[in-house]
Amino acid sequence: MPHILVDKDLPGIRALLAFSPRTAEPMGVLAEALLRTSNGLAPAERELIATYVSHLNQCFYCDVSHGEIARCYLKGDGELVDEVRKGPDAAAIPEKLKTLLNIAGKVQKGGKYVTAEDVSAAKEAGATDADIHDTVLIAAAFCMFNRYVDGLAANTPADLASYEKRAAQVAEHGYGNHIYTTPQPV
Amino acid sequence: MAHINLENDLPGIRGLMAYSPQTAKPLNELAEIMLRDDNNTLTRGERELIGTYVSYLNDCFFCQNVHGSLAGHYLGCDIPEIDAIKKEPSLTNIPDKLKALLAVAAKVQEGGRHVTADVIENAKDAGATDKEIHDTVLIAAAFCMYNRYVDGLATWSPKDRQFYVERAPKRAEEGYIDFDLYNNTIS
Repeated sequence: MPHILVDKDLPGIRALLAFSPRTAEPMGVLAEALLRTSNGLAPAERELIATYVSHLNQCFYCDVSHGEIARCYLKGDGELVDEVRKGPDAAAIPEKLKTLLNIAGKVQKGGKYVTAEDVSAAKEAGATDADIHDTVLIAAAFCMFNRYVDGLAANTPADLASYEKRAAQVAEHGYGNHIYTTPQPV
Repeated sequence: MAHINLENDLPGIRGLMAYSPQTAKPLNELAEIMLRDDNNTLTRGERELIGTYVSYLNDCFFCQNVHGSLAGHYLGCDIPEIDAIKKEPSLTNIPDKLKALLAVAAKVQEGGRHVTADVIENAKDAGATDKEIHDTVLIAAAFCMYNRYVDGLATWSPKDRQFYVERAPKRAEEGYIDFDLYNNTIS
């Protein structure tokens, strides 16, 4: 049960966004800017970073939600998403993405854990400064979103099929206020 | 030196914001509403103190000095007084409700799942409303982002703590949105 009184019919962060629409607005804009652009990293790569950090933070709602959104962009390849969760090194992903996920894992522990070596490894694998910037900010932002969701003990739907439907909604229409102001997908 | 070439000399998060204006906009808007909006029963000083405390727990020098100086500005405290609150809020003379909210913030800093029903109950017993608990959790969570953004990219920060104290009144007046982000000076 959530720690504060929120709309019980809205899942996860959506009920928190509805509780506080003024802060919801910039959070939606931030998610859209970080996760939906193809400028540099692809949306699938961005969602994999978000999923990996949410997994490390043990935030079930965000982990499953963003894993499903990544899967939408990956044409249904859920195995790849699971491989990334288990450990990027052994996953069937390009070297550059491995090095970026390594940086994301360091950010999850704390900003100061990111070393110059982590960053050089990413640059050697072809990551640009913008890729590294975006990786750090996505990982940092999920350290916020995950804490917001679990810190208020937000509703976590047990019905796994519902995550797939919400993921399709985000993959199609993006982030923003519509995810809590329009009827939930069924 | 920062891990990436920011193409500017600005310290801390300001250098990152000038580098990435598209993400800077929502980051600043979020800070403005969380920390400065007057439609809130927590004072600006109390909210800055939550941001300061979490930044201290995350060991982020830049953020704990920027926000500690702002908290000091609003609350009329000097650096040693703010430092004492950061070190052990329960031993200071701040109100019980604020102590209980800082305890919630400390749990959020550890991780969302560390926030127990007990620590929330304590805050409610001390008079905290649902909105105040919401705002405390969100401020603490957001500083877990800002702190990681600043230190994860190894931005530089002025070492002299007085620098932040002197800048605080101007920042308090201008807020997080209405200042010239791209003005290439530090003052």
